Amino acid sequence: MATYLEFIQQNEERDGVRFSWNVWPSSRLEATRMVVPLACLLTPLKERPDLPPVQYEPVLCSRPTCKAILNPLCQVDYRAKLWACNFCFQRNQFPPAYTGISEVNQPAELMPQFSTIEYVIQRGAQSPLIFLYVVDTCLEEDDLQALKESLQMSLSLLPPDALVGLITFGRMVQVHELSCEGISKSYVFRGTKDLTAKQIQDMLGLTKPAMPMQQARPGPPQEHPFVSSRFLQPVHKIDMNLTDLLGELQRDPWPVTQGKRPLRSTGVALSIAVGLLEGTFPNTGARIMLFTGGPPTQGPGMVVGDELKVPIRSWHDIEKDNARFMKKATKHYEMLANRTATNGHCIDIYACALDQTGLLEMKCCANLTGGHMVMGDSFNTSLFKQTFQRIFSKDFNGDFRMAFGATLEVKTSRELKVAGAIGPCVSLNVKGPCVSENELGVGGTNQWKICGLDPTSTLGIYFEVVNQHNAPVPQGGRGAIQFVTQYQHSSTQRRIRVTTIARNWADAQSQLRHIEAAFDQEAAAVLMARLGVFRAESEEGPDVLRWLDRQLIRLCQKFGQYNKEDPTSFRLSDSFSLYPQPVLLDSSSILADRILLMDTFFQIVIYLGETIAQWRKAGYQDMPEYENFKHLLQAPLDDAQEILQARFPMPRYINTEHGGSQARFLLSKVNPSQTHNNLYAWGQETGAPILTDDVSLQVFMDHLKKLAVSSAC
Amino acid sequence: MNVNQSAPPVPPFGQPQPVYQGYHQSSYGGQPGSTAPTTPYGAYNGPVPGYQQTSPPGVSRAPPSSEAPPASTAQAPCGQAAYGQFGQGDVQNGPSSTVQMQRFPGSQPFGSVPLTPVVSQPTVLQPYGPPPTSAQVTAQLAGMQISGAVAPALPPVGLGYGSPASLASASGSFPNPGLYGSYPQGQAPPLSQAQGHLGAQPPQRSAPPQASTFTSPASGGPRMPSMTGPFLPGQGFGGPSLSQPNHVSSPPPQALPPGTQMTGPPGPPPPMHSSQQPGYQLQQNGSFGPARGPQPNYGSPYPGAPTFGSQPGPPQPLPPKRLDPDAIPSPIQVIEDDRNNRGSEPFVTGVRGQVPPLVTTNFLVKDQGNASPRYIRCTSYNIPCTSDMAKQAQVPLAAVIKPLARLPPEEVSPYVVDHGESGPLRCNRCKAYMCPFMQFIEGGRRFQCCFCSCINDVPPQYFQHLDHTGKRVDAYDRPELSLGSYEFLATVDYCKNNKFPSPPAFIFMIDVSYNAIRSGLVRLLCEELKSLLDFLPREGGTEESAIRVGFVTYNKVLHFYNVKSSLAQPQMMVVSDVADMFVPLLDGFLVNVSESRAVITSLLDQIPEMFADTRETETVFAPVIQAGMEALKAAECAGKLFLFHTSLPIAEAPGKLKNRDDRKLINTDKEKTLFQPQTGAYQTLAKECVAQGCCVDLFLFPNQYVDVATLSVVPQLTGGSVYKYACFQVENDQERFLSDLRRDVQKVVGFDAVMRVRTSTGIRAVDFFGAFYMSNTTDVELAGLDGDKTVTVEFKHDDRLNEESGALLQCALLYTSCAGQRRLRIHNLALNCCTQLADLYRNCETDTLINYMAKFAYRGVLNSPVKTVRDTLITQCAQILACYRKNCASPSSAGQLILPECMKLLPVYLNCVLKSDVLQPGAEVTTDDRAYVRQLVTSMDVAETNVFFYPRLLPLTKSPIESATEPPAVRASEERLSNGDIYLLENGLNLFLWVGASVQQGVVQSLFNVSSFSQITSGLSVLPVLDNPLSKKVRGLIDSLRAQRSRYMKLIVVKQEDKLEMLFKHFLVEDKSLSGGASYVDFLCHMHKEIRQLLS
Repeated sequence: MATYLEFIQQNEERDGVRFSWNVWPSSRLEATRMVVPLACLLTPLKERPDLPPVQYEPVLCSRPTCKAILNPLCQVDYRAKLWACNFCFQRNQFPPAYTGISEVNQPAELMPQFSTIEYVIQRGAQSPLIFLYVVDTCLEEDDLQALKESLQMSLSLLPPDALVGLITFGRMVQVHELSCEGISKSYVFRGTKDLTAKQIQDMLGLTKPAMPMQQARPGPPQEHPFVSSRFLQPVHKIDMNLTDLLGELQRDPWPVTQGKRPLRSTGVALSIAVGLLEGTFPNTGARIMLFTGGPPTQGPGMVVGDELKVPIRSWHDIEKDNARFMKKATKHYEMLANRTATNGHCIDIYACALDQTGLLEMKCCANLTGGHMVMGDSFNTSLFKQTFQRIFSKDFNGDFRMAFGATLEVKTSRELKVAGAIGPCVSLNVKGPCVSENELGVGGTNQWKICGLDPTSTLGIYFEVVNQHNAPVPQGGRGAIQFVTQYQHSSTQRRIRVTTIARNWADAQSQLRHIEAAFDQEAAAVLMARLGVFRAESEEGPDVLRWLDRQLIRLCQKFGQYNKEDPTSFRLSDSFSLYPQPVLLDSSSILADRILLMDTFFQIVIYLGETIAQWRKAGYQDMPEYENFKHLLQAPLDDAQEILQARFPMPRYINTEHGGSQARFLLSKVNPSQTHNNLYAWGQETGAPILTDDVSLQVFMDHLKKLAVSSAC
Repeated sequence: MNVNQSAPPVPPFGQPQPVYQGYHQSSYGGQPGSTAPTTPYGAYNGPVPGYQQTSPPGVSRAPPSSEAPPASTAQAPCGQAAYGQFGQGDVQNGPSSTVQMQRFPGSQPFGSVPLTPVVSQPTVLQPYGPPPTSAQVTAQLAGMQISGAVAPALPPVGLGYGSPASLASASGSFPNPGLYGSYPQGQAPPLSQAQGHLGAQPPQRSAPPQASTFTSPASGGPRMPSMTGPFLPGQGFGGPSLSQPNHVSSPPPQALPPGTQMTGPPGPPPPMHSSQQPGYQLQQNGSFGPARGPQPNYGSPYPGAPTFGSQPGPPQPLPPKRLDPDAIPSPIQVIEDDRNNRGSEPFVTGVRGQVPPLVTTNFLVKDQGNASPRYIRCTSYNIPCTSDMAKQAQVPLAAVIKPLARLPPEEVSPYVVDHGESGPLRCNRCKAYMCPFMQFIEGGRRFQCCFCSCINDVPPQYFQHLDHTGKRVDAYDRPELSLGSYEFLATVDYCKNNKFPSPPAFIFMIDVSYNAIRSGLVRLLCEELKSLLDFLPREGGTEESAIRVGFVTYNKVLHFYNVKSSLAQPQMMVVSDVADMFVPLLDGFLVNVSESRAVITSLLDQIPEMFADTRETETVFAPVIQAGMEALKAAECAGKLFLFHTSLPIAEAPGKLKNRDDRKLINTDKEKTLFQPQTGAYQTLAKECVAQGCCVDLFLFPNQYVDVATLSVVPQLTGGSVYKYACFQVENDQERFLSDLRRDVQKVVGFDAVMRVRTSTGIRAVDFFGAFYMSNTTDVELAGLDGDKTVTVEFKHDDRLNEESGALLQCALLYTSCAGQRRLRIHNLALNCCTQLADLYRNCETDTLINYMAKFAYRGVLNSPVKTVRDTLITQCAQILACYRKNCASPSSAGQLILPECMKLLPVYLNCVLKSDVLQPGAEVTTDDRAYVRQLVTSMDVAETNVFFYPRLLPLTKSPIESATEPPAVRASEERLSNGDIYLLENGLNLFLWVGASVQQGVVQSLFNVSSFSQITSGLSVLPVLDNPLSKKVRGLIDSLRAQRSRYMKLIVVKQEDKLEMLFKHFLVEDKSLSGGASYVDFLCHMHKEIRQLLS
C-alpha cells in the first residue's frame, strides 16, 4: 500500500467503497471540524469478476438488535467453535455446518480477501424478471417506427422466461393483453381520470371476485403467482405475438387540431402500469419502462395544457411559482414513485423530444426507484437506440447488469452512527442502535430500499462519529462498517452481498496530517455535490450555493496553508488541490490549430479548430503526403468511440468544428477565462471568447483565496 | 245486446228483434235476477210478469237431460230467433229465479233467450207480455239442463240462461227489422228445416216488418238511411249490421245486480246448446257445430249452414239455449261486412272526412289530396264544431299516425320534392308546409295559409297562374299541391349544427355473459350477422348500404372492436371503467361492411370462441347504451344500437338494478311502481341518446326477471323496439329470433327525426302517445322511427270550428334517411266538422278509438292504480254510448241497449282492453310480460291493436281444402270451437294451433304425421313438412299470417284438454277469463247498466 491513492483504488475495486476520509477523526467534535463529513460512496453491486458467490447462507450474530454477518474482522475461537461479533461483541456459536472449521480450514467469509462476499439464498420462489413497456403513441411516424424497432429488438435480448407487458398511451391508455390468440385484446382507460390502485386492478380484472368455486377448494395453493396475469407473459411464449402487436402499433388515431398538442396521458399510463404490477407482482423485480415523446398534456400528472399557444413552463415560471401544473404533477409522480418503491419495482424514463418532456415533474420516478432516466432528441437516434440496447447488456457471466428489489442495511461499530444516504433509494424506516438523530440525506434509518440497481449504482452514505471528545477512541483502534445488500439477481436468484470494512481512528489534533493525507478529494467532491443537490430539492438555489461556498471556504481555511490576510500565500496540499476546481477545461484551449475532445459524461464533443477545419475541408487528409493529418483527425474519433462503447447512458456524441452550431456544447462547458468582458485584455488569437457573465475559474479562485485567508470568517 | 249488429249475422234474429227488446230487459234482469230472481222480473218486467213466473221453470231445469232434447228442439227455434239478439238479457232474468241461473247470467241469458224468442216473435211488438210463456221457459230451462247434464259445470249456466231467455222472450218486442228481416228470410229456409229453428223462422219473418218499424226508432233519423242501404244489398250482414247497431237491450232495473252476476257466471254456457242436438258429444262445439255443420242435427237444419258459418249463422243453434252471443254485435261479422262492402273498390282520398275501410279490410288507396289511412287514421272523421259538443260526446279526438308506414307494392311511396336552396315553401307565421289546402289568391301571387289564415307572398320562382277555379294550373304537376303525402328535400337549415348529416351507423352490442353463451345465443347471432350485414337498409336503387357498422360485446365490462379494413385481425379494446363510459377508438370502429368484410367475418367467428369459457354472470346495461351513444357522437352521426341482453344488470355501474319484482303489489296502489323505471338514470340517458339521434333496439333473452319496465325506457324514448324471448333456447326460439332480427335490421328507418303536427285554427294537438321523447309540448323527437311505429295524437278544441272549412291536420316529419339524406315527410288530412252529434257518431272508427283508449289506459297505469284506470275506461265508454243514446237514438225503452253503428264493437273491444294482461293480469303473467306488452302497445298501429286485443281465430278444416282464400274467422270464444276441428289463433304476437280431441284421424295424419290425436306432441312449434294439400295449406296459412305481422309469431300446438290449453284459452277473449275478466256478454250487460245509470 504505497500511497493512499493506491489504497483508495484497491478498496474501491475490492469493496466498491470510497470514503471521504480514510483515517477517521476520533471524536464528534473533530469530525465536524473536518468540514467534509465522514461519508462514503458505496457501489453495492460493484462488478467483481473474481468473486464467485458462495452457495450458502450467511451466519448472523445472534443478538437480535445486531444480526451482523460473520466477517473477516470477527474474532474466532476455533476450538470452542465460537465467534465474537465485531460490532456488538456478542459471542456466537457456529452453526452445525461449521463444525469442521479450523485455522487452516476457514470458510470464505473469514478470509481477509473476502471483505466483500456474496451469498446465494436458495429459499423461496424465484420470480422471473418483469419488463413492462409503457409506450407513448403520440410520436411522429419515424420516431414511432424507430421506437417500435427498438422495442422489438429488445424482445430478443430479454431472458426467455422474463415476463413482458405492454401499455400504450396517447389520448387513451391501452393495456394490452398478451395471452390471446387471434384477436389482439387491450383494456382501455380514459387518459384524464385518476384511478386508485384498487380501481385499476378491478378494471383489469386482477382482483379475484370471491368465486365460490375457488373458495370451495382451498387445499393446494394452485395459483402460481407468476402466471396469473394476462398482461404479463413470458417472452418466449408471446414474442411473436408481441412483435406483431408492436408492428401494428399505430400513432394515436385521435385527431390533433391545429394549434394543439396531442393529448398525452402519461400520468394515467404510469399510474396504470404501477397499479398493474402492484396488483400482480408485488415485491418482485420489475422494470416499468416509460418511453415518451413529449410532455403529459392531460389528466393527472399533466405538465402543460394542449394549447400550443401556452408554452411549457420555463425556469422563470418555476422560480416565480408560476408553473400552473407543476406542483400537482410532481405530487402525482411522487405518489406513484413511492408506491412503486414500496412494491420493489423501478421506473425508467426514456424521454426523446426536442422540446421539454416534463422530466422535472417525473424525476422522482426514476430517483426513488433506481430507474434510468434518459433524455434524447428522438427515438430515431443512436443515443437512444444504443442506450436502450445497453440496458440489456450482460456481464462476464452472461447475466444482465441489473438487479432488483434490493435492501441495503448499514451496520456500524459503536463509535459511529448512520446519518443518512443519498442515492436512488427510499428509507425503510428501520430505527436501530446505529441510527443517528442527525440526518444527512435520507436518514432516520439504517436500511434503504433500492428497487433498481446496476453495477454502477452508487449511494452516498453519511456517518456521524459519536465519540465524545473527552473519551477518545484508543490509539490503534479501528472502526468497522458492514454493508449488507440483499437483492434479486438478474438470474432471479436472491442474493446477499456483504461488505465489511474497517478504518483507523486518529486523533485529529495530534495526527491531522494522517487524516489529511487520507482525504479522498474525488469522493469528497461527489459526496458534497450530492449533499448540495439533495439540499436543492428543498431549499432555494442561492441558499444552497451559499452553503456550498461556505463549506468550501471553511475547508480551505482548515486545510490550506497561508498567512492571514494574504491571498497570495495560500496553498493547498496535493490531496486537496483538485477539490475546489475539478474543471480543467478552459476557453483558452480553444485555438485554431487544435483538435479538442471533450467528455462531460453526457456529451462527447470533438471540436476542430478553425485552421484544422479548413484543412479538412481542403481534403488534406486524403492526400498521401498528409497521412499524418489523417491520423490526427482519426485519433479523437477512436478515443470517442472507446468512451461511447462503455458509457451508460450513451453520451450525446458531437463532432463539430469552429463556428459549427453544435460547438455550443463545447463553449457552454469550458471555463470562461475569456469573455466579451475581458477579451481584449487578453489580446487576439489566444482562444475563443465565451459570451457569458459567469466568472471564470481564475476569478473564482482568487476570490476563494481571499475569503479563506480572511480572518473575518 | 248490441243485437243490432249481431242480429244481421244470424238469420234467426229477424225474430230476435223482438227478442232483443225482450231480453234486453231480461238479460239484465237475469243477472240481477240471480240475487232476486222473481222479483227482478217483476220489477222490470212489469209487463213480463208472466215470465218471471215462468222463470220458475228453473225447476223444470231439473228434468234436464231427458227433457232437454225436446225442450231444446221446441225452444230452439224460438230461442234462436229470440236471443239471436237479445236473448241473453232475458235469459238472465230467467236464471235469476234459480240460483244456478244467477251464476251464469252472462252466458245463460242466451239460453233463455231462445225460449223467449218463440214467444216473443209473436209478441214481438208487444214485448214482454206474450213471450214469457211458461212453457217456453220451461222448455228453455230444460234445454239448459240438458246441456248441463252433458257438462255438469255448464248446466248451471244453462239454467241461468234459461231464465234470462224467458225474459228475452218478453222483450221480444223488437225491431231491428229490416236487417234482421232480410237475414231471416234468407236463412229462414234452413231454419225451418231445423227442428227448433222452424219456430224461429216465423219470428224472423215477422221481424222484418217489425224491423222496419223498429229500425227507425233504434237507429235514429240519420241511421235509417244507411241502414236501409245495406239491407238492399242483401249482403245480408252488411246491411243488417248497420241497422242493428243501435240496439242492445237493457235489462230491467234488476239489471244492476247483473254486475255481480257478471263476475259470478262462468263462460261455459255454450255447451248447453249442443245438448239439444242429438250429438251430445259435440255439445260444446255444438253451439258452433250447428253453424259449422259438424253437428249432425244442425247440419240438416242449416243446410244453408255454410252461409251461417261465415255469418252469425251459428247463433241459431245457440239461441235456443241461452242468451245468444250471436245476438250481440260480432266483430267477425263487422269485419266480414266491411271486407265485402269496401274491399273491392280503391279508397280515394279526395273527399274530406271520408271514413276509410277497416284495417282488417284489404283495399287500395288512391291519394287525391289527403293522406292515406295507412299513414293517418282518426277516431272520427267528422269532429264536433265546439268543445262543448266534444265534451258531451266524450269521444276522444285522436289520430293514429304512422309517418313512415310501408305501402303495398301497388301504391306509390311519397314523391320527393326538391325546392332547391330556398327549401320547402312554408307559411311565414305558423310554418306549415305547402299543401293542397293552401289557397292561392291574387292571381297566384299570394297564398293564404289553410292552418292559420296568414297571407303569404308566393316567391317568384314558385309563382304560377291560377285557372278559372282559382287553382294553380300546375297543381297536378306538383305533389305538394295535389297529394296528401309527399316529401321535401331538406336544406342545410334543417340539419343539426347546420351540417348535412353523415350516413347513419348500426352498432351491434352483444351480451357475452355466461347465460348468453350457454344458451347458444351468441354463436347463433354471430353466425347470422355474417350474412345479415349484406342486407342493411339502403336507399332507393343504391347498390350498397351507406350504413356503417360497429361491434361491441359486453358482460360487466365492454369490449369494442377495431375492424378496420387494413387489419389482418380485429382488435379488441376492453373498457372496464363502466362508471364513466367512453369510446376507446375512433378510426376502425364504424366501418363499411364490404370494405371490412374479412375482418368482420373473422371477428364474428371468434366472438363465440373467445367467450366460450366465460364464467362471468354479471352484466351492465346503461354503460352499454352510453358507449354506443358516445360512439355515434364521436363519429358525428345518427344511428341505431342493437342490444342483445340477457339479465338484470346487477354489476356495479350506473343504471345498476335490483330485483324489485313483487307480485304482492298487484291490485294495490303501489302496483304502478312495477311499471315505473327503478331509477331516473335511464331517462337521462335516453335524453342524451335522442339528442344524438341514437335509437336503441333491445333484444332481451331473460331467464328470470330483468325489469323490462326499466330496461325498455331507453328504447321507448328513442323510438326503438323491444323484443323479448323468455328462456331462450336455440332449438326452440331460433327461428323467431332470427326472423325478428332480420326484419329489424333490414327495415327502413328514419333517424334523428322530429315530428310536428299542425292543425287548423280551432283544435290543436295536446297529447301524444308512442315511442319517442318530447322536450317541449309540440315537437315529437324520435331518435329513430321505422315503418312499424305509430304516434297517437290527441286533439282538443281551443276554439270553434267551422262546418264549411272543416279541420286540417298536417304532420311534418323531419328525418335523416338511411342514406344520410335529410328530408321532410308531410302528411295532410282534412276532416269534416259537425254541429250534430249524430254526424260524429256516424263517422267514428272504433278500431282507432280502441287504439287510443288502450294507449291512454296503458300510460295511465304508470300513475294510477289499475282499477282506477279500468273504471275510467268503462266510464268513458258508457258516457260515449249514453250520449249517443240520449242525443241520437230514437226514443225507446230504457231497457234497450242501443249502440251507434260505428261503435257497436266498442264494448267488446273495450272489454278486451280491460282484461288484457296489463290491466288485469292472470297468475301466469309476469311483471316483465306486463311491462313488455305495455310498451309494445304504445307504438302499435290500429291494425295491430285490433288483432292484439281481439285475436283472430281461424277454423282450418271447415272450408274445403281447395279454397284459396283465408277461411273466415270465428269469434274468440270457446263455444265456437268444435272438437272435430283444428283452429289457428293469432294476435300479432302469439300463434296457436288448437286441435280438437275428435279430429279425424286422417287430418291428424296429414298435418302432424302421427296416427292419432294422442300422439300429437303438445307444445309443438313446427309442423312437419308433408306433401299433402292440407299440410301445405295450413303451413301456407301460417306463413302468410306471419308475413302480415311485424313480429314473428312462434307457433304453439295446443291439444284440446291439454294443460297448454289454458294458455290458449287466455286468448278466447269473449269468454270470461281466469283472471276475472268479464265475458263479452257480461260486460255488455254491465255497460248497459252503466249507460242506464247515466241516462237516468
